[in-house]
Amino acid sequence: MSNKNILLSHLKIADIVDANSAVLDLGCGNGDLMEYLEKNKNVNSQGVEISEDAIYKCVEKGLCVLHSDIDGALEDYPSGSFDFVILSQSLQQVKRIDNVLEESLRIGKKVIIAFPNFAHISLRMMLFFQGMAPVAKALPDRWNDTPNIRFLSIKDFENFCAEKKYKITEKYFISNSRYTYILPNLLAQQAIFVITI
Amino acid sequence: MVIKTNRSVGIVETKYFTFNDLILENKHKLPNVTVAYETYGTLNEKKDNAILIAHAFTGDAHCAGYHEGDEKPGWWEGMVGHKKAFDTDKYFIICSNVLGGCQGTTGPSSINPETGKEYGTDFPVISMADIVKVQKKLIDYLGIEKLFCVAGGSMGGMQVLQWAMSYPEQIRSAIPIASTMRHTPQQIAFNEVGRQSVMADVTWKDGHYYQTGNPDRGLAVARMLGHITYMSDVSMQKKFPIKEKEKSVNFNFNADFEVEEYLRYRGSAFVKRFDANTYLYISKAMDHFDVQKEEFLPLGKNIKIKFLVISFKSDWLYPAYHSENIVKYLKMRRQSVTYCNIHSTYGHDAFLLEIKDETNLIKNFLGNLYNEVNGVK
Repeated sequence: MSNKNILLSHLKIADIVDANSAVLDLGCGNGDLMEYLEKNKNVNSQGVEISEDAIYKCVEKGLCVLHSDIDGALEDYPSGSFDFVILSQSLQQVKRIDNVLEESLRIGKKVIIAFPNFAHISLRMMLFFQGMAPVAKALPDRWNDTPNIRFLSIKDFENFCAEKKYKITEKYFISNSRYTYILPNLLAQQAIFVITI
Repeated sequence: MVIKTNRSVGIVETKYFTFNDLILENKHKLPNVTVAYETYGTLNEKKDNAILIAHAFTGDAHCAGYHEGDEKPGWWEGMVGHKKAFDTDKYFIICSNVLGGCQGTTGPSSINPETGKEYGTDFPVISMADIVKVQKKLIDYLGIEKLFCVAGGSMGGMQVLQWAMSYPEQIRSAIPIASTMRHTPQQIAFNEVGRQSVMADVTWKDGHYYQTGNPDRGLAVARMLGHITYMSDVSMQKKFPIKEKEKSVNFNFNADFEVEEYLRYRGSAFVKRFDANTYLYISKAMDHFDVQKEEFLPLGKNIKIKFLVISFKSDWLYPAYHSENIVKYLKMRRQSVTYCNIHSTYGHDAFLLEIKDETNLIKNFLGNLYNEVNGVK
């Protein structure tokens, strides 16, 4: 289910990204999204990834990727270097969120953020009824070995954007491999936001 | 993916190319220059599959295959050959000895045509730009307009970056490995100790020792110091574990420890193949090398070179942050760049030893670019 959600989220991101544009994928993993965008949207993409094994997979696919954490990867780029900066399933692992989003908005005209909703009903139930840190298909790691350091909900993110005066130009929610619009903070497993300044 | 059917290029020969009147960066003129070089693979009809491999400080033109009768292959045998990272089935590989060198290319141990004797320290001071200029002459001579790639580790990486600054239109891609845009005081300090060691040897005689005997002791000590900086704490512990018998209280000043023996051996082996004056000239060229400049791939010129930058985690002579600085400049210049900091415990030597990971990166990087250029999907 979760993989299908992420696949659907990748398709939505590909939908949002303009053809032939310049894209920076922060936390690009094995480069699946970048490869899809290169093939289907003819984008010029650059990835950033911390895992050495993932770097090899990206290079195998012919992608440009930098071995770096996200926090340290942005400041050197001139403003407006990219049409789209993407954080797909990586925002929850970023240390300096304020800085990364600020920098992403400086170097990218639009920032696309896709993340799992930590306030999804199944996670709430697990916390409430079982009294344990939630584990789900989209969040498979237990509290002690999760790479996630941020546990945000859709509402948290919207409030954050309002505070920072970031404009949310598009938003999409995914639940069980379908788009959903009803009570997203309770029922959506995945959220995709497009923000600008 | 490393394909198992890789093999050596086999028996190879060093070739020589000579030209006249090289004007150096400092306006000095060398009346004639000989370049020692080797090639592997075949230059295609369009002459667009040529890769120049630039050697490190004490390397030479012999990077792959075997010289007739030799047991030891070239210095990057693991990387250059059929189905290897630099695949000689696809690419035409060129490697030449640097200007100022002592392995066939004109340098301080060559005969000065004006005096009929070795140049010694009358040899003009040379720069990395001069070294690359000579490589460009060789490329022109071979009829190649644009190199598919320039690649090299350590000082080889400096030449790669110098190519990007001096002849950006003549290279399609670039692979600087374990290198830097310029030396830091620590790197210059190590080089200076090496130079002082050579010059403190009484047989050096201001560089005019060719008739009287080489400053082998001084050069050997310089090489010993060099070797320490090429390894890491961990790699030295693995290679030379201290044995109980080595810790005897009845010591003398022989090589009690394996590491001492190793360094002495490497020092004495080195002086048999290397010229002390070349050591001085080339190490100075490295210390003065600097591409951290406005002229390095300026934004307005719309130059597009594909970069693959590689560093190694345990390299403390050319630490990863030097490579990250290269990446930073490439980002600012909007160049396409891939960077990997390979996990290794070998220290700076890793660029000669981490063949599997380097192959993984370089083979795919070049292969994908080759397909792109040749319209293969």
